[in-house]
Parts: sequence; C-alpha cells; structure tokens
Amino acid sequence: MNRSFAFARRNIRRTPFQALAALMIMFLTFLALQVFIILAAGSQAALRYFESKPQVIAFFKEGTTNQDVLAIENALSKETKVTNTKFVSKDEALAIYQEKNKNDPALLELVTANILPVSLEISTKEPQDLAEIAEILKREPVVSDTIVPEDVVQTLTSVTSIIRIVGSITVGFLMIFATLVIVMIIGFKIRLKRNEIEIMRLLGASPSFIRNPFILEGIFYGVAGAALAWSLSYSLLWYFTPFLQGYLGEVGLLPVNFLFMLELLGSSLIAAFIVGSLGSFAAVRRYLKI
Amino acid sequence: MIIFESVSKKFGSLPALDNISLDIKQGEFVFIVGPSGAGKSTLLKILTREMLPTNGKVTVNHVDITKIKDRDIPHLRRKVGVVFQDFKLLDDRTVFENVALTLEAQGKADEEIVKMVEHTLKLVEIWDKRNLFPRQLSGGEQQRTAIARAVVGKPDIVLADEPTGDLDPKTAWGVIQLLNEINSWGTTVIMATHNQEIVNTLKRRVIVLKTGKITRDSKEGKYE
Repeated sequence: MNRSFAFARRNIRRTPFQALAALMIMFLTFLALQVFIILAAGSQAALRYFESKPQVIAFFKEGTTNQDVLAIENALSKETKVTNTKFVSKDEALAIYQEKNKNDPALLELVTANILPVSLEISTKEPQDLAEIAEILKREPVVSDTIVPEDVVQTLTSVTSIIRIVGSITVGFLMIFATLVIVMIIGFKIRLKRNEIEIMRLLGASPSFIRNPFILEGIFYGVAGAALAWSLSYSLLWYFTPFLQGYLGEVGLLPVNFLFMLELLGSSLIAAFIVGSLGSFAAVRRYLKI
Repeated sequence: MIIFESVSKKFGSLPALDNISLDIKQGEFVFIVGPSGAGKSTLLKILTREMLPTNGKVTVNHVDITKIKDRDIPHLRRKVGVVFQDFKLLDDRTVFENVALTLEAQGKADEEIVKMVEHTLKLVEIWDKRNLFPRQLSGGEQQRTAIARAVVGKPDIVLADEPTGDLDPKTAWGVIQLLNEINSWGTTVIMATHNQEIVNTLKRRVIVLKTGKITRDSKEGKYE
C-alpha cells in the first residue's frame, strides 16, 4: 500500500496542472456544500431561538398607571396559554436602550427614561398562541402597540426551508458534477499512462498494484479539496464573527461552536472520500482494462 | 519446460499460427526466425498470455497457461521476462527506476529492490548511467536497461522480440552477448529475430516459421 501511495504522489506531482484543476473543482464543490450547511444550521438555530421565546410585547400609553398594568398582568396570568409575564418600567426600558446603543453616544444623549413607554412582555407555551394574546392586549385601551415575533418565525421557517431545498439540490448537483470530474481526470490519466500500464502488466504487476494509485489519487483530490474548503469557510466565519455578532448577538449563534465545525469537517471528509473513491472506481472500471 | 501442443491462432479467418507443436527445455537458447507476419510475435504473446490460442495447449513448467485464471496471469509473467525491439522504457523514470519497476510490481521490499537493481545494472554494465533518463541514453544502453528490467526478477524464461532490430551491428552484438550470458546462468532465452548473421554465428537451436507453420526446427541451426 505504501508503494501505491508513492505512485499516486508521483502521478500528482508529475501532472501539476491537472492536479490543481481537480483540486480547485473539489474545493469549490465542498465550499458550496459547507456554506449551505452553515447557513442551514444557522437559520435552524435562529428559528429554534425565536420558537423558544414566544413573546408578545405590549407598550402602554403615556400616563398608564401601575395599577392598570397590574390588572392586565393579573388577567393574563389566568390564561392557561400564558407561561410568564414581565413588567418593564421606564427605567428598565432605558437600561435596555442604553445597553443596545452603548456604542453610539449621540443616541444615548437624546433619550431619557421619560420618553420611553412602560411595557409588558408576555411569554406563551406555543408560538401559535401569540396572535391570540396580542388580540386580547390590543382591546385594552391603555395599550398603544403590540409586537408579535410570529412574522419573524414564519419568515425564518420559510427561509430555512428554502435554504434546505436549494442547498440539497445544489449540493446534490455539485456532488454528481464532482464525481464526473474525478471520472474524467482519472480516465484521462489512465489514457495518458496506457503505455506504462501495459508495461506494468507485462512485468507481472497485479491489477490492484496498477489500479490503487489511480483510486488513491481520486480520493486525494476529494479529501484535500474538502479540507481546504473547510479551512477557508472556518477562517471567513471566524473573521466576520465580530461583524455578524452585531446583528445576531441575542440569538447566540456566534462565535460558532468548534464542535459543530469539527463535525462539519468530519462529514465533509467522509463525503469527499466517497466522491473521490466513487469517481476513481468508475474511471478505473471504465477505462482500465487489465 | 515449454510445450506447445497443436497450437493454432486465428485472427478472424487469417491463421497466425497453424497447428504448431514444439518443446523447449530449461536452459535452451532458441531463435525463432521467419519473415514478417510469420507468427513469431504471436507465439511470444501466447507465452506471456497477452493472447490465447484459438486451439491447442501451451504448458509452462507443467502448467497449462491457456487454462489459468486472470488473477494468476501476473504470477506467470513474473516468471517470463520480456525484451522488446522498441525497448518500452518509461520516459519519466530513470534507468534505476525503470529496472526497479519489475520488483516493485512483484511486491519486493525496498532494501531488496536496491540490492537486486544494483547487482543487475552492474551486470549489464550501465550502473554508472543509473540516474539518467532513457532519452539521455544511446540505443544500446536503452536495450541494456530493458534487458536488466527483464532479468532483474530472476525469471525462468526471457523472451526477446527483435531486440536488435533498432540497433547498429556492433551494439546488436553487445546485446546478443548479454543474452548469451543470461542464458549461461540457466535461463531459457527465446529470441525472435530477422538477423541472419547473429543466428548463424551463435549456432543455437533455430525454429523457422512461415505463414504460421514450423518449416524447420534444428539444433545448432542456421538462418538460410
């Protein structure tokens, strides 16, 4: 087997442009695969985050007394669909505002606790109960506005679904394309080396001695391409984490879990091994008659 | 050692070998002579199992090679070294690597390969050219490399298909002397040739083929 590795290494080294082309195609294929997986996992995690926090926020009109809010809170607590309520005072609202805008002093200067409304955050057991609770709140004369994240959940659900479908189709197509590219390159190399193969046969080389280097070469292109793609996708993700955290800070997706990235690397390498070996096996079966 | 029993080979309706029977003993040096298209190369290709005869039986070391399974063909070929007219060396490998390929194909260990290749290259007197590529060698040196590759695995039989065809007379003699020496170790040498001078000077067994038939088989024969 060591000799097969040495022969495969020599085959790659002596045709550097073909090797580079094959490697680039595998790299792009697995980069696309990993980007789709990261997007799908990210949107799934965001969806879970929003689903785990089914919450309606009711803002109260200026002049609403604590008794008015308490009465509504008591009424809601009798609803079986409601799991929790939380009163947010003007001072707490200011603290939240200040935390969110701590990097923008101009915004902080203009706002005081007085201009912020008091609010009530109501959590429900299920996301689909949010609309019903929001309707109850809207009927209260002291409530000025309600925010229901149901739309966010619906949008995220459709986005996740689209990413999954488009991702699966694209990745499936790219996998087939990558396999065919391996078949083509290994097939080409077999034809290029037909004299050498013929000589090896006459020298008494076993079929596996002749075939193995070609199969290892196909596997190398797949595995190396996948590893390179993973390195790039992880580097980009790591580089853009501070920027993305500004948008996704609360969702808690970033920094990305290293274990998840290791799983991504492992699954990519397995997929690459399968693509590489399938492609080279097919080429050997098709073009290498021993 | 090698027995052909009523062997025929046809390509379509054209006979390349027609009911050939012959017996070659261990350690013999045999010339196969005859005009182009007489069936010399076909006979050699049957011995390496590159071809199967249409009819008949071919035995090498008591094994009917027409009946062996595909997976056993490499084992047969390890016992039969082949030298070609056009050398068939790999251009992208050095002399050493070309010769080592035989042993690598046989699964020998690296240390053993180094020893055996060194020994063989010294024997054929091209050890000093071991790091050169075939294009950097003369025709005679290329054929010596090809002979080294054929014999490095210590085969029982060496088949040489017109090995002097592309060489000048002086170089051709060098190659013949080398094959003669290999034969002196007890290796059976079967050589297909057109070279009348070599056949007549060496005075070894001569089998004459014409249109696929043996027309003469004589010890210490001549090429007339």
